[in-house]
Amino acid sequence: MIDLDSFHELLETLLRNKTRSFLTGFGVFWGVFMLVALMGGGAGMKELLNNNFEGFATNSAMIWEQPTTKPYHGFRKGRYWNLTTSDVERLHQQVPQLDVISPMASKWGVQAVHDDHKFNGNVKGLLPEYAKVEAPKLYYGRFINDMDIAQQRKVCVIGKKVYKTLFPKGGDPCGQFIRLDSVYYSVVGVDYGGGNMNINGSAEESISIPLSLMQRAFNMGENIEMIAITAMRGVAISDITPRIREVIARPHDIDPTDEKAVMVFNTEVLFGLLDSLFEGVDLLIWLVGIGTLLAGAIGVSNIMMVTVKERTTEIGIRRAIGATPRVILVQIISESILLTTVAGMSGILFAVLILQMLELGFTEDGIVQSHFQVSFWTAIGAAALLAALGILAGLAPAGRAMAIKPVDAMREE
Amino acid sequence: MIHLHGVHKTYAGAQPLHVLKGIDLDIAEGELVSIMGASGSGKSTLLNILGILDDYDEGEYRLAGTLIKGLSETRAAEYRNRMIGFIFQSFNLIGFKTAVENVELPLFYQGVSRRKRHQMAMEELEKMGLTDWATHYPNEMSGGQRQRVAIARALVTRPQIILADEPTGALDSKTGVDVMELLKRLNREEKITMIIVTHDPNVASQTNRIIRIKDGVIEG
Repeated sequence: MIDLDSFHELLETLLRNKTRSFLTGFGVFWGVFMLVALMGGGAGMKELLNNNFEGFATNSAMIWEQPTTKPYHGFRKGRYWNLTTSDVERLHQQVPQLDVISPMASKWGVQAVHDDHKFNGNVKGLLPEYAKVEAPKLYYGRFINDMDIAQQRKVCVIGKKVYKTLFPKGGDPCGQFIRLDSVYYSVVGVDYGGGNMNINGSAEESISIPLSLMQRAFNMGENIEMIAITAMRGVAISDITPRIREVIARPHDIDPTDEKAVMVFNTEVLFGLLDSLFEGVDLLIWLVGIGTLLAGAIGVSNIMMVTVKERTTEIGIRRAIGATPRVILVQIISESILLTTVAGMSGILFAVLILQMLELGFTEDGIVQSHFQVSFWTAIGAAALLAALGILAGLAPAGRAMAIKPVDAMREE
Repeated sequence: MIHLHGVHKTYAGAQPLHVLKGIDLDIAEGELVSIMGASGSGKSTLLNILGILDDYDEGEYRLAGTLIKGLSETRAAEYRNRMIGFIFQSFNLIGFKTAVENVELPLFYQGVSRRKRHQMAMEELEKMGLTDWATHYPNEMSGGQRQRVAIARALVTRPQIILADEPTGALDSKTGVDVMELLKRLNREEKITMIIVTHDPNVASQTNRIIRIKDGVIEG
């Protein structure tokens, strides 16, 4: 029944009441726009937030030292102590469930100099394994490797801000030297990892050098500041936390139950929290989006009701001169579908446009930071949903139109 | 052509209304008859039944040999479209369609192709002398012109009968005469069976036969 003629008829009826068709369509337009834009926006925000934890192993924990809070072995509480390299050894030997155990040292407020450019950053002493805890996003060069450690090479990986400040002209800085205090280091890599999870200062403002070199260059002896660990697959960090604490606490004469002194910060908990937060946000998005869309569809249904009422005579005449109820049904439902899909498609289009602009706004140096755009299939799904809503919205008015008898039309006179 | 036998019709309601109380009526092919009666006499109901716009309770109605009874809406629409042409007092043209589009409409429901139905509609309008008005909308035409468009619409499907409900009721006397002349000519020249419902004795007197209806039965 849908041929060019019928389509022409449809268009004619809808265009006869331009303002009304427009206003009715606007409800649907806005509903779809809200749904698609919220879905894309939600996904984008989620990605943006996740960027803060970008590159972080999800089953990881950080261990660091704090003054004791419980008296133990004759020591008073409030005592300062230091993590040392031997703690790393002990963890290796006594907690087999751990995968990566990466100690790190750090020093704040170190001035890095290149030519006449200066940057006040923090220096981190790392081992190559650290890349497994917080994955670097190398824009140039490489990360610190085993040979650097073995040969005590004076090399460094610099963060994005450090790079931009020291090398304002851009270009590959690898092989050039920067000075920290009185020692020159060769740049081997630039890390663009921009996570906001600041482990000993943000990666952007850090200069990473081999751990053993750092301990010497900055007179640290065996002391380290923090140990980053990841658990083996299938092991929950929270299950082995007491064991880790015990292994570290005992040699330092610390109460193994002193949770403050041996701080084990479990990222797993954080990720879990974030996940449930986004589940909630997703639910809200669907609720609001579908709700608005439904309101729009009900608006269409409502207006179609009025239209049918208004067209009683016309429909009666059509019936009298031979339109079957099916013809009338198809016509009303088609009108409803046409109105909802045209308005809805514009809504999808507009939402996609806005999302694309958002995505462009969040692109830096050609790297897309967050994907706001909805997928092609989401758009197709939205369109299918619209057609279904169009049919539903048309059902009640079509039912009423079908109930019109030709006789009623003449009685209306 | 038309054969009614013992047709009864009661409108259900709080107080059932027995409108037609056994109508017997025969109209031969090519006849021009008028149905007269006061309001409330049941003439509109009779017209609705003749036009398959309404069903009846008892008796039988044959149109060109086909029994018309208890039809589904779809079948009724189909018979109306193919066998009957309607002319109404208030023309009942669709206001947002041009004259030629209005005439095309019954053919559209028959599924006739766009070009063919346009051609047929234009022929019909030409017979009515309205070629120049084909692309005008009803509200740009006089009452007489509108009624002639309605007549063209009724004729375009080559129906077996034409049912006219007060065709001159909304027209001034001169135009009314013109329209009657036109209907008479169509009956004479094209041998179309025509039934005119009216309460105007002048109109009725121009027909071959007058059927008077009173209180749901045909008089004399």
